[in-house]
Amino acid sequence: MMKKAFFGLSKPRVLYPPSQEVFPAPKSITPPSQVTLLIEGSLSAVDPEVLKKGDAVKTGQKITLSESAGHYAISSVTGVVSDLSLYESDFGKTYVAVSIDAEKTDQFDETFEPLAGEPTLASAQAYLMAVPGSPDFSVFSDSEKTIDTIVVTAEDQDILVATNRFAATNRAEALKKGVGILKQITGVERVVLAIPRDRFQSYGHINAELKAVDIAYPSANPLAIMHRVLETTVPAGKCPEDMGVVFFTAEAVAAIGEAYETGRVPVKKILTLIHKDGSQSLLEVRIGTPIRTLVAACQESLSEMDRLIVGGPMTGRALYTENHPVQPDTDAIMLQDKADVPLVSDYPCINCGQCVRVCPAKMPVNMLVRFLEAASYQTGADEYDLYSCIECGLCSYVCVAKIPIFQYIRLAKYELSRVQTAEANND
Amino acid sequence: MISQKKFIVSHAPFWHCGNSISERNYHIMLAAVPAVLMGIMTYGIPALAVVSLSVSTAMMWEYLFNRMAKRPISIGDGNAALIGLLLAMLMPATMPWWAVLVGTFIAIFIGKQIYGGIGANPFNPIMVAVAILMVAWKNLFDFDAMLANFNFSFLTISPLVALKAFGAHATTQFNPMDLFIGRQVGGIGATFGLGLVAGGLYLMLRGFIRWEISLSFLVGIAVTAALFHMANPIKYGGPMIHLLSGYTLIGAFFLATEDSSSPVNPVPMLIYGTLGGVMTVLIRDIGIYPDGVVFAILVINLVNPLLDKIRPKAIGKVA
Repeated sequence: MMKKAFFGLSKPRVLYPPSQEVFPAPKSITPPSQVTLLIEGSLSAVDPEVLKKGDAVKTGQKITLSESAGHYAISSVTGVVSDLSLYESDFGKTYVAVSIDAEKTDQFDETFEPLAGEPTLASAQAYLMAVPGSPDFSVFSDSEKTIDTIVVTAEDQDILVATNRFAATNRAEALKKGVGILKQITGVERVVLAIPRDRFQSYGHINAELKAVDIAYPSANPLAIMHRVLETTVPAGKCPEDMGVVFFTAEAVAAIGEAYETGRVPVKKILTLIHKDGSQSLLEVRIGTPIRTLVAACQESLSEMDRLIVGGPMTGRALYTENHPVQPDTDAIMLQDKADVPLVSDYPCINCGQCVRVCPAKMPVNMLVRFLEAASYQTGADEYDLYSCIECGLCSYVCVAKIPIFQYIRLAKYELSRVQTAEANND
Repeated sequence: MISQKKFIVSHAPFWHCGNSISERNYHIMLAAVPAVLMGIMTYGIPALAVVSLSVSTAMMWEYLFNRMAKRPISIGDGNAALIGLLLAMLMPATMPWWAVLVGTFIAIFIGKQIYGGIGANPFNPIMVAVAILMVAWKNLFDFDAMLANFNFSFLTISPLVALKAFGAHATTQFNPMDLFIGRQVGGIGATFGLGLVAGGLYLMLRGFIRWEISLSFLVGIAVTAALFHMANPIKYGGPMIHLLSGYTLIGAFFLATEDSSSPVNPVPMLIYGTLGGVMTVLIRDIGIYPDGVVFAILVINLVNPLLDKIRPKAIGKVA
């Protein structure tokens, strides 16, 4: 665990690890005997004509719940669908977990190949939204939003995660191709590559505008990039898409480049495993591989009361089971020993002001948390800038009273969105 | 699947920088130790008795209130002990035992706990206690009378009282260096300027107190005192005497900086501190009390919620 600096005259700074020029080759994990793919939706949305137990699937085949469903997954193995079950995630989101028993040899699905010669937005929307990095193309067909800028983030949002940095460094050719395809299919002229300044020289050949991100966390956060790098502040409660900017990770862009280059939808994902001692290693895995397999393959072990996290230490999500699969947007898996788990407390705010100093959005966190603790979410939003939060987690990280401030903020946003949905449905 | 391992599931972030309330309080107490030791060296066993009684009774009141209110026992966070220690530092070494007991009772019960405990008190609990004691038993804080039976190697007259009674000329008999190293009468831990400044610097550098408040408080005192001195050099003392005597230094580094009753935004912190300094000198120079730090801090505590409304515009804030 990272400790604070001895001196604390100014605000605490958490730095991204220094840039690495050469990465060791990622460790390749053998495809497991069973993979699980998560598709957003519920079991009642599954059309038995389209998806049922016993269906044979090929590697790279698109799997949907029904003909009309917008969400889909790409099978990462060749095999037979063995089970469909419901998976409930945070904040009431539900997924259908599709388990596939894998065969030893891969047979590649060939529906995408004919489309690959002539890249179009339609083919990207139909096949590439579940590639590693989960690029979201749906925004381009939203008539209310006009996108004029695509930002490719070559730096990972969370600390200790090196997935996108690896993609940008070691897959520069695929990245270049991906940038070209993005420009071609979306018609967007301005593509910005957001990277640390010391890596500028390696990207001259990529046909994108280079912009520097700072080395202090959370400067690679999309909203922080909007504010500091693009100098277009997103108004509270809006998203970058409303401002005409869409974000893709370097890994997603490289995957797009690879897909059109090879005619196959990529099914292997690079992810960063953060070990219990804080060291990192890069792994190459099939999407859908259970985390249990990765942990075992890296000679790590998890025991009772440890913590298993998807994502990095600041913004990740703790899991309750090792059977959770790797998803297209799983950039990191973090293992934390029970001795290193910091606990939260129910102490009140002592008004020390650390959170106010550290907040990159300049929010009055000390006041906000008082209202959120009392469940006055609307007051928090109206008077204390709840919606300015860029969700970096630094407030909880520095809190002297160990209040789970970040959790309160996300809970407040979720509760308010529920109220708003209910009100909209009543009209 | 049945014998599945149970993991700890909680919300991000999964790291913490390691700060804690008890760490904060213990470091503030540590920073106060040099001044307290000097007080004990100067005044001997009576000073030690006052400090011990004050710290222990403050903790005892806290424990009693926790039990009465059926709340978790909170003496472990060090805040009650800190209140007891700072309160003792402001008292003369000959404070009667019952006054110490009453003082800690006021600080813990009326100053802190009835508002909901740590973090909820609108006023600095120590200042509330001292103000009530000063008003109720005026002679207890008359250092000249309280310390009359001691034999000191330095002038046994409180510099601020001398200033008030005889004008600026009386202060020429005090050597600033003597005042700075604690050769003056006053509270047990309030006279040793060198120790207080060292402790204050330590706290500021480590981030346990907010430097903006301390420095602006001192600047406020120095500037206001200089203005008064320029207007009437015979009646009003210069900045040096104001900075080095009374509760000025302990006020700047240990009292005005109390977390709960002080602002956190940059501009309000500067206004808060400066205002405290100005008020202190106003009370000293044109009020009836020789020292104004206690009441000045209570006044700035009062305006703190209003001041803290001056805050930077949150990024993306609409309108």
